[in-house]
Amino acid sequence: MNLGLFIPELTLAITALAIILFDLFVERKGWLVAVSLIGLIIAAGSLVVTPGSPAQTIFNNMLVVDGFAFFFKLLFLGISALVILASTDYVSKFTNFRGEYYALVILSTLGMMLMAATSELVTIYISLELTSISLYVLAGFLKDSKSTEASLKYLLLGAISSAVLLFGMALVFGSTGQTQLGQIAGSVASLSATGVMANPALVLGIVLLVAGFGFKVAAFPFHMWVPDVYEGAPTPVVAFLSVGSKAAGFALILRVFSTAFGFTDWLSINFGLVFAGLAAIGMFVGNLSALPQTNIKRMLGYSSIAQAGYLMVGLATMGISPPADILGQSGVLFFLAGYALANLGTFTAIIAISNKLDSDFIQDYSGMIKRAPVLTLALSLCLISLIGMPPAAGFMAKFYIFSGAVQNGLLWLVIIAVLNSVVSAYYYLRVVKVMWFGEPASEEKVPSSGALRLALTVSCLGVLLIGIIPGPIMELARAAARMFTF
Amino acid sequence: MSFPYLTWIVFLPLVGAIIIALFSGGREKLIRYLAVLFTSLPLILSLVAFSVFDRSAAATGVMQFQEKISWIPAMNANYHLGVDGLSLPMVVLTAFLGLVVVFISWKEHLRVREYFVWLLLLETSILGVFTSLDLLLFFVFWEVEIIPMYFLISIWGSGRKEYSSIKYVLYTLFGSALMLAGILSLYFTTGTLNMVELAGNGMAIVQSVMPAVAIFFLLLIGFAVKLPVVPFHTWLPDAHTDAPTAGSVMLAGALIKMGGYGIIRVCLGIFPSVARDYAPFLLTLAVISVLYGAAVTLRQTDLKRLIAYSSVSHMGFVLLGIFALNEVSLTGAALQMVSHGLLTGLLFAMAGLTIHNVGERDLRKLGGLARQMPAVAVVFSIAGLGSLGLPTTSGFAAEFITFAGAFSSTLVAGAPVFTILAVIGVVLGAGYILWLIQRVFYGPVKEEYNAVKDADGLEKIYMFALVALIMLVGIYPAILTDIIKLGIAPLAGLLGG
Repeated sequence: MNLGLFIPELTLAITALAIILFDLFVERKGWLVAVSLIGLIIAAGSLVVTPGSPAQTIFNNMLVVDGFAFFFKLLFLGISALVILASTDYVSKFTNFRGEYYALVILSTLGMMLMAATSELVTIYISLELTSISLYVLAGFLKDSKSTEASLKYLLLGAISSAVLLFGMALVFGSTGQTQLGQIAGSVASLSATGVMANPALVLGIVLLVAGFGFKVAAFPFHMWVPDVYEGAPTPVVAFLSVGSKAAGFALILRVFSTAFGFTDWLSINFGLVFAGLAAIGMFVGNLSALPQTNIKRMLGYSSIAQAGYLMVGLATMGISPPADILGQSGVLFFLAGYALANLGTFTAIIAISNKLDSDFIQDYSGMIKRAPVLTLALSLCLISLIGMPPAAGFMAKFYIFSGAVQNGLLWLVIIAVLNSVVSAYYYLRVVKVMWFGEPASEEKVPSSGALRLALTVSCLGVLLIGIIPGPIMELARAAARMFTF
Repeated sequence: MSFPYLTWIVFLPLVGAIIIALFSGGREKLIRYLAVLFTSLPLILSLVAFSVFDRSAAATGVMQFQEKISWIPAMNANYHLGVDGLSLPMVVLTAFLGLVVVFISWKEHLRVREYFVWLLLLETSILGVFTSLDLLLFFVFWEVEIIPMYFLISIWGSGRKEYSSIKYVLYTLFGSALMLAGILSLYFTTGTLNMVELAGNGMAIVQSVMPAVAIFFLLLIGFAVKLPVVPFHTWLPDAHTDAPTAGSVMLAGALIKMGGYGIIRVCLGIFPSVARDYAPFLLTLAVISVLYGAAVTLRQTDLKRLIAYSSVSHMGFVLLGIFALNEVSLTGAALQMVSHGLLTGLLFAMAGLTIHNVGERDLRKLGGLARQMPAVAVVFSIAGLGSLGLPTTSGFAAEFITFAGAFSSTLVAGAPVFTILAVIGVVLGAGYILWLIQRVFYGPVKEEYNAVKDADGLEKIYMFALVALIMLVGIYPAILTDIIKLGIAPLAGLLGG
């Protein structure tokens, strides 16, 4: 086994411990940010050296190092760095536990990286829990009543979903006798009886897996926790949750369903249709529920449910298309990259504004263009990207993911999706409207720290770059998705 | 490689917008001069392109000034620009109106920097739509245009501006959402996004079972919202009425032409047989647009709203010309788009000037202004008469060619009947225009308007420039039709007329 392939993960584990250690001795807590970022950069550096082609396995086939994992690991490291930069202002208000905050973010990132690399049911569960437990704690970090409620809700529902996931894994294991995804695929292919009704245990197992993963990605109908947690948890944590956790969940779904269940037509077409249905309903539920929201974090919570719906259009494509066709998978990857940048930019701007206003209500953003022109412009760009309008990344992401669906005969789903984008324009633009056309409550400027501005600049430039020159990232996503065609 | 005219024409306003946003320091005078500079350069370049455009018979249906760079290899999408006889006049029109609206906005003092940034972005996106030859690029420009217009209406508009602007956005997004689905379907049925290839091969290269009719209508709805065709027109009166004058001029002058252009270029060019099958249905919609638009116009009491509704009626003529599917009628439709751009642009400019100087927009309270503002009264009357189709104005040339072509169309059953019904719209048009002029400028002189100023020097310059162009096209329409024909002829060939 080549331990060199595991250096990025090891680096993060060491970084997390180093932060906790440093926290004990260092007076100026700004160093903690520096240590976290250095850890992330070293991890990214060692990751780029081992890009994972050809694919290799480590720890007795427990983990895979391939192009797919590479894409996601890079994404998670980037997300984590941006979240840490965006957190600095917010965390400086804490009197205690700053070291633990950064350490938990890093640990959670480590869990996500493992999620992208697992190829076996037990490691899937372990990496998922590593991510989730860190996030449960982070959600309750403010220790006020809302934050505590958010954390508890997230913990309870998360625990249930983990149990459901485990049950699903047990059923799949029981039906196939394997925990390795590749061997599950072989076992499924050799089943004598084909058809959904002929294998009730396996099908129930798959359904439970969908439920377990659906919780992580905040997809309908497993989305009930989203609005409350988004409203109550610390804003940087919400940003991390909405982007990192969602991407990791989709990484798992793609890996499990492409590798284990993607090669048997009778199975894949059915789960493809399940995803199509969930996507359609999820988009409506997310967008329609977001319309009346007055709290911007709650609104973005519902919006993230809708975005999960758009992403599931890609999953539906994956189920329905022939295995050689990677438009669905690569569409999901590309969409996630664009979504991550836009959503992180949105939350970074919100952190800066809310820090000053002490309010998350949309009406309090009134006249923000006069108080913080750059933040307003950046936030508007990110919201336009979330609507899916050019020249922002969101448009290219939607174009790409929908193109796969159209190619595989899902035009009805695409029409539902594009009409949903129109609905979503209404509530995203309402924020833009308030900021640009409203009267400011005071003339006082809204300050932002250098770290925040850096995070915002990176996200916005990324959004514009992917929106105008999507080619390179698209190629990266395709290279990553090609792992599943063999 | 020859000089990339189109890239410069399209992106110079964008460059201007960036310079104004970053380096002008908010000095109003400097911003205005920069805006003039970065809108007059594209105009000059487009006029140069217009004059060196190859008009020989060999250039029929050939895209000129083409530029092609690979953009997204994975989607086989290119940065592909080019103009033919159909799009070049629209490009010149847009560039011209782009400069005119800067002068119209000379007295704007509210958030000047932002204002001109949005105005210049708007010009770039419209020019991009008229020059793109790649469907994805076309769609990107099509959608980008929404954002500047949204801000222009919401911040610098009047009346129920926030309602109107969001209505505009939602209608356009609705149309373009379906259009996106159509473009994607088209891409996967044919495997290309290149508009020239698509038009050249028609639907002969169909690979899957996606019915062409479905794609045709998905695309058509997107364009119909923009044109607008009744029943998708209700955003237009609100947006035109509440937009600032420059916004109205751009909307009526250049923006809604994107719809007509799209129908001709995409719907007709790629789906000639579907267009033939559904022409009677679409002609019915055209006639409804003409008559309903005219009838509603008659009842308006708001100066700008009246002109806005008259656009619905006039765009009905364009739709009539298009779906009569005859070479002459299509040429007329294209000419009507240019002519309407000039005429309605001028009407909105004059209406804006009147409202600005008088401070009143209700027709029941206006009156007798010919005494106080004679220059505006004369120019307004010329524009109005052009709009109702008086000979020697561009309106006459355009409508005459459209009707003559549509009446003699042999491809569509009952084309003469549709034409005759649509001609009633001209009669109604004469009614509302003359009544409008009478109510605003004639009748007893009102004392309270004695202090009202006439147009000043700068305003007179652009007024007379527009009048001169209207007359030029009216007296010598061949200056445009010779070029338009080059673009229309291959289409007419495809349609079989």
